[in-house]
Amino acid sequence: MTGALSRRALSRRALSRRALSRRALLRGLAAAVGALYAVAPAGRASASPALSAGPALPVDPVTVATLEAFADTIVPGVKRYPGDHALAGAAPGPGAVQAGAITLLRAPELGLTPLLPGLAGLLDVEATGYATTHGRPPLSLQPPLSLQPPLSLQPPFVGLRYADRAALAADLLRPGTPDQKLWLLLALVSALAFDTAAHLHTPDAVRHGHPGLAHLRFPQPDADGLWRYPRFSYQRTLADPHPSTTPSGSPA
Amino acid sequence: MNAATETTDVVVIGSGFGGAIPAYRLAAGGAKVVVLERGPWLRTEDFTHDLRLGTYTRIVDLIQGDGITVVAGNCVGGSSVVYFAASLRAPGFVFDRRGSLGHRLWPASLRRATLDPWYERVEQTLPVAQQSWHDVPYPGGLFAAACRNAGRTCNPVPVAVDLRRCTNCNWMLSGCRFDAKRSMLLNYLPAALAHGAEIRPLHEVQLIGPAVTPGYRYRVTYTTVDGDDYRVPTGGGAIEAKIVVLAAGAMATPVLLQRSAAALGGVPAAVGRYFSSNGDRVSVAAMNEDRIRDVLGLEREPGVPYEALHIGKPIGSMSYDRLDPHAAEFTRFSLQQIYFPTITNLLTRSGDAGSSWFGVEKKELSARWRSWLTVLAMTEDDNEGTFGVPPPTGAFTRLASSIGLSPLRYAPTANTLRGWAAADTEARAVLERDGLSRVRPWSDVGGALCAHPLSSCRMGDDPATSALDDSNELRGHPGLFVTDGSAVPTSLCVNPSLTIAALAERAGPAIVRRAAEFGVPVRYSDAW
Repeated sequence: MTGALSRRALSRRALSRRALSRRALLRGLAAAVGALYAVAPAGRASASPALSAGPALPVDPVTVATLEAFADTIVPGVKRYPGDHALAGAAPGPGAVQAGAITLLRAPELGLTPLLPGLAGLLDVEATGYATTHGRPPLSLQPPLSLQPPLSLQPPFVGLRYADRAALAADLLRPGTPDQKLWLLLALVSALAFDTAAHLHTPDAVRHGHPGLAHLRFPQPDADGLWRYPRFSYQRTLADPHPSTTPSGSPA
Repeated sequence: MNAATETTDVVVIGSGFGGAIPAYRLAAGGAKVVVLERGPWLRTEDFTHDLRLGTYTRIVDLIQGDGITVVAGNCVGGSSVVYFAASLRAPGFVFDRRGSLGHRLWPASLRRATLDPWYERVEQTLPVAQQSWHDVPYPGGLFAAACRNAGRTCNPVPVAVDLRRCTNCNWMLSGCRFDAKRSMLLNYLPAALAHGAEIRPLHEVQLIGPAVTPGYRYRVTYTTVDGDDYRVPTGGGAIEAKIVVLAAGAMATPVLLQRSAAALGGVPAAVGRYFSSNGDRVSVAAMNEDRIRDVLGLEREPGVPYEALHIGKPIGSMSYDRLDPHAAEFTRFSLQQIYFPTITNLLTRSGDAGSSWFGVEKKELSARWRSWLTVLAMTEDDNEGTFGVPPPTGAFTRLASSIGLSPLRYAPTANTLRGWAAADTEARAVLERDGLSRVRPWSDVGGALCAHPLSSCRMGDDPATSALDDSNELRGHPGLFVTDGSAVPTSLCVNPSLTIAALAERAGPAIVRRAAEFGVPVRYSDAW
């Protein structure tokens, strides 16, 4: 596939996505998730050490790159390698993508995998619209970037700079906007990967230096995987109680 | 009579505070009680310290409405399993609230003084412990010191926790691994079981209608659900009873009644209206460690003034200063130190911009996570939540593991916003004084955040604005009682669990009287 062909394909894809009713996608979310689970109920979560061990469905590279760029907008991180376009490199240290956002999005327990291409496509339509209305040339109109296949796969959202990605995300996530719940779901999963390592057992994640939990300085558990704090209090009287406090300790 | 129809004296729907307590009183009095619970039945060893999907998400639901996100329990024991155990009586003025309707919203028979004996009974039964300052973890101590620095009072919070067993692990949302938190699993439910009550987990009630068996009044239809995926039905059935106690929680009870309206021949207009979020309003203070040392004189270990957000029971201390009975309605609130697991970190904002909950600066703020201090204001909201058309099954449409979409709509009124603004001002006055921190409310990207859903099927004296009479019986439906948070008429300005439990205890004698009237061989027993 040449870069030009790829860009034409992207453009056609974007146009076809425009015709897709957002309302229909939103309405279809619940139904599709329900249908997925009806035919393929997820196994008990505790049976597998990590969600990535589940039977993740294949997702195309354009979708992955777009969703990586979105997750990286929520919790930005360094680029993983020279020429990493999905990650904007807006912040030092690992971000949501390194923390496992795509693994979590594809987790069988969430049941979102069949919807990811549609969500990524919708995001790329929004990115194309944003680019054209903010004086940023949409990817398909940019001078040839390269004929190398990896670059030819850059979708429109990936083509935006971090500041533009963040501005577009802020627009999409503003309460009351049409598809806000969709983008909030994506943002929530991205953040959960970073702040909770939701695809891993927490004791394992902390011990193995999960980048998000390490960033928080999440404490280490005891040897049995449980947390205990024998020292937990300043052990000082630090305020006067309210004068109307009743004997049970409640307000009057 | 249909020989295949199962019958019992009493069906209790839900096993949290509102279900477990009547289940015990009725079983102890001699009634045959069946408890139907939507969620799974977890044992102590099943509770894990784990944020992985498929762990806590088995017992906690995050339910998205329009303009609001609600956290609720989903297991045997209900929200008592996942709550933070703060056990407070509601201030006296709450019972006199008039809201924007302009008349008293609680039944005339219900005042703080009339509820006090029932509060006391619950406090003794759970039991509730009074924390000393030596029991209050670092975050609660820090909040108290900041209150004193700002000329405020601050109290240790009474908690339903065995303080000797508690390890201050801060994993209460995941259930208590150490049997220290006194959930319904440790008191009322085992007591009900000991008196012959039966608890059936993974039974999601879908409909309440008239019984077909002579002598029985209500037919409760349920589906059973897969323990690994609650969206997958595995069967179903029906059970008929002379008494139904509905305690599915304020997010489910009105939905179930709305769906049952035709079968029941109508339900009161207040079913699914007047929902209250308890006026919950959360803010995060990014504390300045140097100022904690220099201004407050605190140091938890050499060179470390605080850095202890993660340590403790989640609720340690709170200020009652703004619970002034003489102040205007919608301006009163309590302010409580609280910890939320990192699943909520998304909502913390790094700046004043609407989008400051994500991005580069937010990530920088996250690096100081241990120095955050979270406070919850519980204010007087306007009961402005309304449930729309119920989903085909269940209380909400379950999208993914523990994530659901509810027909609840909540658009805060000017009265509610006034209370939140007052609470924000007070939080800043306490926590920003002398450069101690920078305080910002949680992002509203998910709408209002509510851990205390209330009032969606409330008690009252006015049939137009309340669904239940003052004995918790659904108007027009003798023998159908509602005893969960949905029965509480208004927000409470404190955590609601003790009030829900006290009201459920108070409902006991009336439910027993009705049961006896309908031929159930039962006597009220106040024994424990």
